[in-house]
Amino acid sequence: MTALDAGPTEAPRTFFFNDPVIRGIVYQIVVGLILVSFIAWIIGNTAANLAAQNKTTGFDFLWKTAGFDISFSLLPWSRASTYWQAFLVGITNTLLVAFIGIVVATILGFTIGIARLSSNFIISSLATVYVETIRNIPLLLQLFFWYFAVLKTMPAVRDSYELPLDSFINQRGIFFPQPLPDAQFGFVWIGLAVAIVGVLVLRRWARKRLEATGQRFPVFLTSLAVLLVLPALVWLISGAQVAFDPPVLGRFNFEGGVQLPPEFLALLFGLSIYTASFIAETVRGGIQAVNHGQTEAAQSLGLKEGDRLRLVIVPQAMRVIVPPLTSQYLNLTKNSSLGAAIGYPELVNVFSGTALNQTGRAIECIALTMLVYLILSLLTSAIMNWYNARVTLVER
Amino acid sequence: MTDTGYVRSELVAAKPAPNPTSGAVVWAKKNLFATPMDALLTAFGVLFLLWVVPPFFNFVLGHAVGPMGTVEECRAITAGACWAYVYNEMEFFIYGFYDIPQLWRPNIVFALGALLFVPLLIPKLPFKRINALLFLFVYPVVAYFLLAGGVFGLSEMPTEKWGGLLVTLIISVVGITLAFPLGIVLALGRQSTLPVIKTICVTFIELIRSVPLITILFMASIMLPLFMPQGMTVDKLLRALVGVTLFTSAYLAEVVRGGLQAIPRGQYEAAASLGLGYWQRMYFIILPQALKHVIPGIVNSFIALFKDTSLVYIVGMKDLLEAVKTKNDSALEWQSANTATTGYLFAAIVFWAFCFSMSRYSMFMERRLNTGHKR
Amino acid sequence: MSEPSQTTAASGQATRQDKATSTKPAIEIIGMHKWYGDFHVLRDINLTVGDGERIVIAGPSGSGKSTLIRCVNRLEEHQEGQIIVNGVELTADLKRIDEVRREVGMVFQHFNLFPHLTILQNLTLAPIWVRGTPKAAAEATAMHYLERVKIPEQANKFPGQLSGGQQQRVAIARSLCMQPRIMLFDEPTSALDPEMVKEVLDVMISLAEEGMTMICVTHEMGFARQVADRVIFMDQGQIIEQNEPEQFFSNPQHERTKLFLSQILH
Ligand SMILES: Nc1ncnc2c1ncn2[C@@H]1O[C@H](COP(=O)(O)OP(=O)(O)O)[C@@H](O)[C@H]1O
Ligand SMILES: [Mg+2]
Repeated sequence: MTALDAGPTEAPRTFFFNDPVIRGIVYQIVVGLILVSFIAWIIGNTAANLAAQNKTTGFDFLWKTAGFDISFSLLPWSRASTYWQAFLVGITNTLLVAFIGIVVATILGFTIGIARLSSNFIISSLATVYVETIRNIPLLLQLFFWYFAVLKTMPAVRDSYELPLDSFINQRGIFFPQPLPDAQFGFVWIGLAVAIVGVLVLRRWARKRLEATGQRFPVFLTSLAVLLVLPALVWLISGAQVAFDPPVLGRFNFEGGVQLPPEFLALLFGLSIYTASFIAETVRGGIQAVNHGQTEAAQSLGLKEGDRLRLVIVPQAMRVIVPPLTSQYLNLTKNSSLGAAIGYPELVNVFSGTALNQTGRAIECIALTMLVYLILSLLTSAIMNWYNARVTLVER
Repeated sequence: MTDTGYVRSELVAAKPAPNPTSGAVVWAKKNLFATPMDALLTAFGVLFLLWVVPPFFNFVLGHAVGPMGTVEECRAITAGACWAYVYNEMEFFIYGFYDIPQLWRPNIVFALGALLFVPLLIPKLPFKRINALLFLFVYPVVAYFLLAGGVFGLSEMPTEKWGGLLVTLIISVVGITLAFPLGIVLALGRQSTLPVIKTICVTFIELIRSVPLITILFMASIMLPLFMPQGMTVDKLLRALVGVTLFTSAYLAEVVRGGLQAIPRGQYEAAASLGLGYWQRMYFIILPQALKHVIPGIVNSFIALFKDTSLVYIVGMKDLLEAVKTKNDSALEWQSANTATTGYLFAAIVFWAFCFSMSRYSMFMERRLNTGHKR
Repeated sequence: MSEPSQTTAASGQATRQDKATSTKPAIEIIGMHKWYGDFHVLRDINLTVGDGERIVIAGPSGSGKSTLIRCVNRLEEHQEGQIIVNGVELTADLKRIDEVRREVGMVFQHFNLFPHLTILQNLTLAPIWVRGTPKAAAEATAMHYLERVKIPEQANKFPGQLSGGQQQRVAIARSLCMQPRIMLFDEPTSALDPEMVKEVLDVMISLAEEGMTMICVTHEMGFARQVADRVIFMDQGQIIEQNEPEQFFSNPQHERTKLFLSQILH
């Protein structure tokens, strides 16, 4: 804009507001000012409101004793723990249910997505009914269903249903024996690690050999065998023992074993089943996006069905599937916050619920909660951008 | 075959295929028993259906207590739904605590809404513009005064008394209507070349999209009153609407952006070369095309919003799901083994019916738009 | 236009007669019928293609040309009659289908290159995984054929980066890498811009000159005149007329053939 009046061959003067650059700057200043004053107004109001209610602000409360119970926690937790620890417990509980949910939803979703494309009428209809039913009912309603209508109507502890393998299910969740491996069992883990490394080496070797001599090697079956046989052998030789601590009915509840509370189970079922219906649609779309000509070209080159899928169809379908799949994973993680409605102690419940109510630090608690989700999203989209940059098909 | 060539003297008439190509048996062979694996899957599927369908059917109809049944009957059965409960609480599920003698008011609102909204959905019907203007600007005012009262001798009905399906519909329809213009502005802002405006829009969109709706509703519920000048209270319904609108606008902005990106460059250039200003270009040329393109995406956002209204219990509103849950937990006079399940089943059916028909509508529009483009 | 075609046609015929007498036919189709559901798409097809023979199939759209050549490598299955390729009769037997597909290359109208693989990977995929050729050898063969189709410098690009004509030449090279005995072409030039048609036809002509057995569905009548041993005219799922190109073009017999030629040659 300074360049305008700097030149010797000055253009005919325009009314300053008709210069697009100046106009842009004016717009931006106006919008910026409005936004800043709006924020200032909010801050002012908030400060006044907080002062009127005699409330202080700040994050010092994080180091105070929380003094409440959390029904389910992977980290050590007692009433003497601090709010910061409560925050961490909330995060781990969110991540736990999200992680297991993602695994289950992926398996279920891929199965159903592929089933929808089946030429078998019954199988594809079943898959369609699943998708069209599940994704058109609110997740919260499904959580209520699993929690109140299914898991909470289980019998009382005294009348628990017995499941196979010394497990029980009742109002308080599922109880199953806790495996207690002895010291020797460490060798089995080492054996498993060695087997995994071995399989990776084997795959590389098989690939190299194929490239060098053209001979194929049954990698999949051999890998499976190595993964199973090696740890089993080590187990036998080392004489490692696994004891089981079964749940035993005590006076009021089961003692020993592992308990999965109904809140966790309901949230896990709900999240996995709901998200699977969206993943199934993603998978179906991805597979359908691969042009039929690709199959025909691969067929006419003589590639067998397995190779056709592995080398031609799946790599192309995955490019289409992975980006929306990740956003489904992110959705699942965000949706795990609905656990708050059925009492699962995930981040929102613990921190924007209990901790907020006890401390009254609304702004701090909600901001920290949102920050966690924000970081998770940013991380995911960073990974996605990296992936997309790697796999985007090069076009002219 | 000879070297001197060959000419067919008589055309071969079409004859039927050697094996029958239609009929139940052929169909079954192709779709159920094509390979041994298929036969196995079919058997598996049939077993699954036998396992699931009869109990479900019995629960919903076979062993269920009908709408005219009594609670004693409901308590006597264990394997059937208690529809009498739903029938008796229907008013609460649909209107919440709205005074029963005044129910004609929400009913008129429902009827007017359907009357104005349904023609909007049918592409063939004329007067779209007037219809839309009536629905967007006149109807909300009429509906508000009818529902809230306090004028024209209508008794006052505070929003605390509104509930059930009424609230679900109000929040989702008002939410999408308010979020729509906001979403368009955000999408345009995101495309803008002005860095300040672009940054503001991108930050808002990405921030909102990265957090769960429930945290935004927490904010609306707890922090919105703090943000307001002292002594000013924010109605709960309004809190829910603010939260839901902000949330939806960010998602709509992304939908609209998709549409804007699908418009070929030539359209922008042609509009500019006609000498139209920025807003004229957008209003007359770009947005009409972009929005038409993303109608399915908008409908899908609406479906998501409709399901998400079930979260407004956070701010203390009793939407359909919360109304059902409240009765499930508190209607002691209806307590029986399957009362709660029946209540949730009812809510599920209502939500499903709305969402499913909307998703079919979105598919219908998608097909229409696709063929429209090929021509 | 007609002078060079005369000579090549004559020499082509000579080759065919040599081979026809000395070896068994490359493709033999006897009384073949095919239906899509109730639709009788191919009717009483009888066709013998000798080793080294070049056939051009022409006919109006929807007359079943694509369907016919897709039956030859069993992308489609027929319901009646016999198809024998290189002495192997095509039945539902997967092993036989694989055997035939290894020896029959196919070039599609829309190229169907694998977009996620580089040009070189497109070319070596089948030799490595189907033939068990070592990678180095497969790459050498691939480069050889890329040079033949005159685009060796594109080896490490992706299909999306190439023009249509280049893509189609890669597609031809990809089939050649399997060293097929028979090549099928389904309208290989009809999705191309006019200026790219020639580069693809040149490749096909040089293939023909080397004695490859070819069946080409194409409307490039200049190509037919120049290289075909026989032109086959199809309509309504049947072979209406077939003849040497010279006879076919100058003296069509059947009414439909005349009509078709008048439309296409104007
Ligand atoms: N997969 C299919 N299912 C049903 N009909 C088909 C299919 N493929 C082709 N057809 C029909 O078969 C006829 C011949 O098709 P095609 O062989 O592609 O003709 P051409 O290649 O000569 O144009 C057409 O009428 C077409 O509509
Ligand atoms: Mg064709």
